[in-house]
Amino acid sequence: MMFPIEHFLYLGALLFSIGLVVVITKKNMIMVLLGIELMLNASNLNLVAFNQLYPEGINGQMFALFVIIVAVCEAAVGLAIVIQVYHYYHTSVPGEVNDLSD
Amino acid sequence: MNLTSILFYAFEALAALSSIALIFVRNVFHGALLLITCLLALAGIYIIAFAEFVAVTQILVYAGGILVVIIFGIMLTTKLAGKPLMIEHIYGFSGTLAGILFFALFVYYISTESFKSGPSTAGSLTEINTIGVGLMTEFVLPFEVAGILLLIALIGAAIIASSTNAKKT
Repeated sequence: MMFPIEHFLYLGALLFSIGLVVVITKKNMIMVLLGIELMLNASNLNLVAFNQLYPEGINGQMFALFVIIVAVCEAAVGLAIVIQVYHYYHTSVPGEVNDLSD
Repeated sequence: MNLTSILFYAFEALAALSSIALIFVRNVFHGALLLITCLLALAGIYIIAFAEFVAVTQILVYAGGILVVIIFGIMLTTKLAGKPLMIEHIYGFSGTLAGILFFALFVYYISTESFKSGPSTAGSLTEINTIGVGLMTEFVLPFEVAGILLLIALIGAAIIASSTNAKKT
């Protein structure tokens, strides 16, 4: 059976909004990365949900897979940068990283 | 109200509740666990939405890859060993306002738009060999570009994380 697509879309909207709130309000770079992951997954949910309407094609699922791949790259490089910034500045608060060179 | 709808709305409630709790959590480690809970619930929703390969990829990549990397990151950026990393919130009012406004905008547009109803016949799971053939024929260019992107990200992350120079204060 197939569920109404609005139920998927409302959950996607909620997840995206919460990801935005997390990115803005958290005072730690790793939490900011978690918020970005949440926003990417909200878009993935919409892609998979709309793919249900066209079961003869797999475009939505393919796009969701490539979004997952890009999310992995973003998490790896982002965490490498976070660790390096922590070694350099001894902090993981984004607002305290405020000079470009020493 | 059959079993599938009970599971679907249970997964939706789990995803929504764990992501709402992510706003209020102060411990970064608990935040990572809440995010993984939310992503696994999303994998369950993908299975109900007839996208089993995306669901399996989600579980493998997030629970097996990103969770481990994030927990390594949390451990490597904690000042005091043995004490949990507690964080504070900034811009609470403006962040909440932005979130509520975005959510209201989305809800307004979703509720006013009338979407095409699905096919009358019951949907079926996408077969994995359909996805495999698609990856090798129609989607071969993004597949190769994704491979190059993963290689670049691997080399870049290794180089960024290997060079160590502390700030001279």
